[in-house]
Amino acid sequence: MAGRAQPVSAWPGTSAAITLAVLILGTLTAVALRAETGAGLGRAEWAAIRFTLIQAALSGLISVTIAIPVARALARRRFRGRRILIALLGVPFILPVIIAVLGLLEVFGRAGWISDALGLLGFEPIRIYGLHGVVLAHVFLNLPLATRLILQAWQEVPAERFRLAAQLGCDGRAMFWLIEWPMLRRILPGAFAVVFAICLTSFAVALTLGGGPRATTIELAIYQAFRFDFDLGRAALLSGVQLILTILAAALALWLATGTGFGKGLDRAVRRWDGANPVSRTADAAWIIAAALFLLLPLAAIVVSGLPNVLSLPSTVWSAALTSLLVAALSTCLLLLLALPMAFAIARGGRGIVELAGLLGLAASPLVIGTGLFIMIRPIADPFALALPVTALVNAITALPFALRVLVPTARDVVERYGKLGVSLNMAGLPFLRFVLLPRMRPQIGFAVGLAMALSMGDLGVITLFADPDIATLPLQIYRLMGAYRLDDAASASLLLLVLSIGVFWVLDRGGRRHAEA
Amino acid sequence: MKHLIFAAGLLGATAAVADTPELTVYTYDSFVSDWGPGPQVEEAFEAVCGCDLKLVGIEDGAALLARIKLEGANSDADIVLGLDTNLISAAKETGLFAEHSVSADYDLPINWADPVFVPFDWGYFAFVHNADMDAPDSLKALAESDTKILIQDPRSSTPGLGLLMWVKAAYGDDAPAIWSALSDNVVTVTKGWSEAYGLFLEGEADMVLSYTTSPAYHLIAEEDDSKAAATFSEGHYMQVEVAGKLAGSDQPELADQFLQFMVADAFQSIIPTTNWMYPAVTPESGLPDGFDTLVTPAQSLLMSPDEAAAARDGALNEWLDALSQ
Repeated sequence: MAGRAQPVSAWPGTSAAITLAVLILGTLTAVALRAETGAGLGRAEWAAIRFTLIQAALSGLISVTIAIPVARALARRRFRGRRILIALLGVPFILPVIIAVLGLLEVFGRAGWISDALGLLGFEPIRIYGLHGVVLAHVFLNLPLATRLILQAWQEVPAERFRLAAQLGCDGRAMFWLIEWPMLRRILPGAFAVVFAICLTSFAVALTLGGGPRATTIELAIYQAFRFDFDLGRAALLSGVQLILTILAAALALWLATGTGFGKGLDRAVRRWDGANPVSRTADAAWIIAAALFLLLPLAAIVVSGLPNVLSLPSTVWSAALTSLLVAALSTCLLLLLALPMAFAIARGGRGIVELAGLLGLAASPLVIGTGLFIMIRPIADPFALALPVTALVNAITALPFALRVLVPTARDVVERYGKLGVSLNMAGLPFLRFVLLPRMRPQIGFAVGLAMALSMGDLGVITLFADPDIATLPLQIYRLMGAYRLDDAASASLLLLVLSIGVFWVLDRGGRRHAEA
Repeated sequence: MKHLIFAAGLLGATAAVADTPELTVYTYDSFVSDWGPGPQVEEAFEAVCGCDLKLVGIEDGAALLARIKLEGANSDADIVLGLDTNLISAAKETGLFAEHSVSADYDLPINWADPVFVPFDWGYFAFVHNADMDAPDSLKALAESDTKILIQDPRSSTPGLGLLMWVKAAYGDDAPAIWSALSDNVVTVTKGWSEAYGLFLEGEADMVLSYTTSPAYHLIAEEDDSKAAATFSEGHYMQVEVAGKLAGSDQPELADQFLQFMVADAFQSIIPTTNWMYPAVTPESGLPDGFDTLVTPAQSLLMSPDEAAAARDGALNEWLDALSQ
């Protein structure tokens, strides 16, 4: 690409990517350098790596596979409450894991709603614990993200394409192979890689639903190396393994994700002429209802158990909620500073390395990042005074891969379509950003910002490593309530977190959308 | 990033108060929470010490020790509060702790004479169940029954490690047999105590690994007598929670004063209904109402710190082998 005029410059994105890589690899090195005992990987660690790979691959595959028909159904149908349903379906992804697990078990557990119903009919309760339980939980947590990513790609296909296909008399099957399949080929590998990477660092969910030490993941092995054996060398080594696995998965995804975009239409509302027959209408309805039940029932369980005490919550919970909002806002600003330049750099093409750097944040063990930051900050500043900014920074790094997945496809399309025009009109650089790129990316930026803010709200993050008794975020306060036997208050605080997360996501996501279509 | 550090550093610097001496105590997170002993302890000690008591919460006991190891000799902490007997040996090995000067008449079921660590509370591990359930009366009976239990992972949780030591102390070389008999009772293993207890309250299992004092919370704070702890004939493993002074402390006298305060009435009377454990020295006013209803095991089990450190890795491997089948 060298020498070709470009509407946006690459250096801000490249430097953001380098900053990120230095930060993540730096924390890893900081931990490794502090290692006193050196130890390789034993039998137990290899078993953990194997189990982690299997569950992450299965979770990724199943989440993405189910997300296709759900996203297709949501893309083709218009019904009352569709927008709010889409927003609600996204919630499991932004929940703190412990809350999600409790909600999930209230539905699928031994004493859950389904088991109770089966009991009334004289059947045994369902057995949730095992590899299938781990995958079920990971699909519950990640199906929303996969669906949103795929749905977004679907909605970015210009209405004119479907119009033309309908005019040419394409039936549903032909429409799928001509329009939808090329679109899916472009988006699916990336969606899979993101879900795979999230599940790679799973710990509490995998252990609890896995039913015992069989379900030991790499992250648990890192935790053990840190806390049980204080073997920093092994912790760093295992974290390195996590990074390499994620990079391999992402490289594979980038390589598979071929095909160009569909260009841009006139931004009018999509109308679909296929799928009007009763069979596909029923199928779409079934998919939407099934996904809604699967994702919303556990949320309903959380609401039901949280409602009774929500008004009598201690004031410290409310102030923690405020702190969480502030951290989330700061985190979102940091995220935009990293994500936008990186997305533009990737959009120029040939910047696979920037995209890979974006995934690092997801793959790095939070425990290793947190500890590494602690080791790095301590000589120059008081880590406790920095608890909140550091938490915000780590949350931003964690949200970055999702933001990039949302921003990159559109940025690429805009640069491809309007880049040359922009350059020839001599409006490269800031004017192009201001008048072309940013306005056309408003919906994606809104979605990414909403996602980042909600994720940051729900993430316990590294605050536990830096905690100051006077400053607590809402997730930390929920853990503290649970640790003090106050499960009822914890349930109500979780409901508050749920409502706040949905609220910020809703406001920001809506704010980004110009037309009613969403 | 740089600007953030700079700005936050400025904020931190202006907030610091130079005149009053500051005593920094690292402890586990649930100690400093609004519902833990922290806020009351801070108020009580500051009333007598003419100092600023800074409590810093760091997850749990194991994380606490890891943090001290990370910070090494130039740690900001003066006191570490919240290790237990399973961690004492490793803590002493660091050479970072200094001997204490505390003398007290402990109300512990065992004799305590450690020169470095001072106990502040203790409890018995026990399986908690609904009071209307007919609970097994020994580990062995539990293993042979089809009672469903929730336990914590010893690699990430103090009670989880306690159960490992419990089985080891009671059965020695036969521990692997008990674990393989128990493996079909275990519904699941959780990362920490909160997850397991939460699942138990939701009805996922008949019993959960906790403490004999857990029913006291439900009784006193919620006026709910539906929870009970089962007594096992093999005896119950104890958890003794301790605090120690760091050799590198810049406030050694204040640290000594705090440790002595820690075993006095003002501190000890806060413990039962905030940490839900037995105080190391029973306060003059006695234990709160409700504690008299708790079960008292006939036999207390506890490995010495050195025994515990020697047994730990072997016991973990036995546990992993039995439960990974």
